[in-house]
Amino acid sequence: MQEVSQASLARLYQRFRALDKNKKGYLCRVDLQQIGALAVNPLGDRIIDSFFPEGSHIVDFPGFARVLAHFRPVEEEDTRVRDAKEPEPLNSRMNKLRFAFQLYDLDRDGKISWDEMLQVLRLMVGVQVTEEQLESITDRTVQEADEDGDGAVSFLEFVKSLEKMNIEQKMSIRILK
Amino acid sequence: MFLLLPFDSLIVNLLGISLTVLFTLLLVFIIVPAIFGVSFGIRKLYMKTLLKIFAWATLRMERGAKEKNHQLYKPYTNGIIAKDPTSLEEEIKEIRRSGSSKALDNTPEFELSDIFYFCRKGMETIMDDEVTKRFSAEELESWNLLSRTNYNFQYISLRLTVLWGLGVLIRYCFLLPLRIALAFTGISLLVVGTTMVGYLPSGRFKEFLSKHVHLMCYRICVRALTAIITYHDRKNRPRNGGLCVANHTSPIDVIILASDGYYAMVGQVHGGLLGVIQRAMVKACPHVWFERSEVKDRHLVAKRLTEHVQDKSKLPILIFPEGTCINNTSVMMFKKGSFEIGATVYPVAIKYDPQFGDAFWNSSKYGMVTYLLRMMTSWAIVCSVWYLPPMTREADEDAVHFANRVKSAIARQGGLVDLLWDGGLKREKVKDTFKEEQQKLYSKMIVGNHEDRSRS
Repeated sequence: MQEVSQASLARLYQRFRALDKNKKGYLCRVDLQQIGALAVNPLGDRIIDSFFPEGSHIVDFPGFARVLAHFRPVEEEDTRVRDAKEPEPLNSRMNKLRFAFQLYDLDRDGKISWDEMLQVLRLMVGVQVTEEQLESITDRTVQEADEDGDGAVSFLEFVKSLEKMNIEQKMSIRILK
Repeated sequence: MFLLLPFDSLIVNLLGISLTVLFTLLLVFIIVPAIFGVSFGIRKLYMKTLLKIFAWATLRMERGAKEKNHQLYKPYTNGIIAKDPTSLEEEIKEIRRSGSSKALDNTPEFELSDIFYFCRKGMETIMDDEVTKRFSAEELESWNLLSRTNYNFQYISLRLTVLWGLGVLIRYCFLLPLRIALAFTGISLLVVGTTMVGYLPSGRFKEFLSKHVHLMCYRICVRALTAIITYHDRKNRPRNGGLCVANHTSPIDVIILASDGYYAMVGQVHGGLLGVIQRAMVKACPHVWFERSEVKDRHLVAKRLTEHVQDKSKLPILIFPEGTCINNTSVMMFKKGSFEIGATVYPVAIKYDPQFGDAFWNSSKYGMVTYLLRMMTSWAIVCSVWYLPPMTREADEDAVHFANRVKSAIARQGGLVDLLWDGGLKREKVKDTFKEEQQKLYSKMIVGNHEDRSRS
C-alpha cells in the first residue's frame, strides 16, 4: 500500500462508506451483494468471497483496500529490482495470478481439482450448457494445463499456461486522478 | 428581580417591534407577490451574489491545499475508474488473443484466462457502479459554504472559516425563521382556503377559486424554500385528461410543478399533518388518494386513474413513475402501470442545481422533518423545469417500451443519465434474469449456438 496516492485512497474510502449503508464501519457480504452490477456477474459470489478471509464475515477498510490493491496497474518503478527482504507488492504479476487462482481453487489446497474446474464453469454458463458438454470442456482444459499428470492444475501449472498473457493489463483497474 | 423588570419590558418591546417589521416585510415582499404571481427579482440577485462567493471560497481552498503540497479531493461525477466500453465477446477474445500464440479461429472453446474478464468486471463494479452512487447526494466540484458538502476540511483558512460562520448565522438565524413563518402561512392558507372553497356548490366558480387557492399556496411554499425555478417551454404544459410524468428527486417536486400549473395529485393517504392537508385539498377539487391497502391492488389503482383521466373536467394527474427518490443525476426505470391506462402523457424534466442546496431526499438517511430542516437551512433550491411535448402510446407499442421512450426523452432534456435499472434497487436485490443474460452471452463463446451444435 506504500505507493498508493492519498487521493486514490480517499476515493476508495468514500466508496467504502457509500457501500457501508448502516455505517457499521465494516462491510459484510450483504452490502456487496446489493451492488446490482455485481449480482449479475456470474462469478459475483466468488468475487465477494475473496474479500472475506478464512472464516470471517466482515471486512474493514484496510482489508477492502488490500484486496483492491491487487488490481493497481503496474507502474514503471515497480519493475525495478527489489531486494529480497522487501515484501512483494500486492499488484505484482504473481500476486495477480494468485488472486485469479483462488477464484478457481475453492478449498484453498493449492490445486484446481477437476470438480472445482467444473464448478466454476457451471457458474459462468448457468443452465445454458448441458452437463456432458461441460464435462468434456473440463476434461480438455485440465488435460491441457496438467503437466505432472495428477489430474489437477497446480498453481505453477496455472502460471505456466498463462505465461504469455498480459496479466498486468488485463487484471488492472486504473483510478482516475 | 427588580433589576429584571425594566429590562424585561425592553425585551418585550424589541420583540414586538421586530416581529411587526418582519411580518410587514414578509407581507409586502413575499406574500403579496406570491398571490399575484409577480416577482421582484430579489432571489435572482441573491443567487448571483452567492455564486461569486462560492467561486472565491473554492479558490482559497485550492490555495490552502497547494501550500501544503497536497491535492484537493475532487469528486468525479463520471465515476472514479477508467472504463473501456467493450462488450463481453470482444474483451474475452482480446484476452485469449494476448494469451495464446495459436491462430484464433471462431470455434467456440474455453480458456483458463476467460475468468479474468469476469473477475475484473466484478472488481470494477465494487469500486464504482452506476446505481449505488445514484442513491446518495451528488458530490460538488466547488464548495458552497455548507459543512455538509465539504470533503477538504483541513484546507480551510481563517478567513474562510469566518465566512462560513457568517453563512451559518445568516442561514439559521435569519433565513430559517423567515422560511418557517412562510411555510406555516402557506400551509394554513391551503387548509383553510380549500376547506372554505369546499362549501361552495359545484360549478365553474368553485373550480376557478380552487385552482387559484392551490396556486397561491404553492407559490408561498416555493418562497418558503427560496426556490428559484426556471420554466422552459410552458406552451407544453399538461392539459385536462392527461397524465403528467416527471423524474423524482424529492417531495418538493410536487410544490415546484404545482406552483406553475393545476394538477390533481395521486398518493397514499397519510396520517398527521399531511393527512389533514390531503383531506382539505380533496374538498376543493378531486385528487386521487389511496388507502394503504388499495395501493397493492394494481387493477384498482389503474381503474381509478383511468376514471379520472377520462373525465375531461378533471385536472391532469401528476405522477412520478420511478417510485422512489433518485439523486438527480440519472433517471431510473419507470414503472409501467401509469403507461398502461392509455392517456396522453406530458413528460416533464426537473433538474436541480446542487450548488445552492441539495434537494435529494435520502429517505434511508433522513426522516421527513430532518429533510425539510436541511432544505430550509440551505442557501436556496435552484432548478430548471422543462415541459416536453405530449407523447401517446403507439398502436404496436407495449407499456414497457412506451415507458422507456418517455424516460429517454426526459433524461435527454434534463441532461441526466438514462439507466435501465430499477429504482427499487435502493432496497432490494436485482433479479436473476439479468445474470442469465450474461451467462447466455458467455455460453455462446464456449459452446456456440444451438444451430452450430446441431450441425456438427
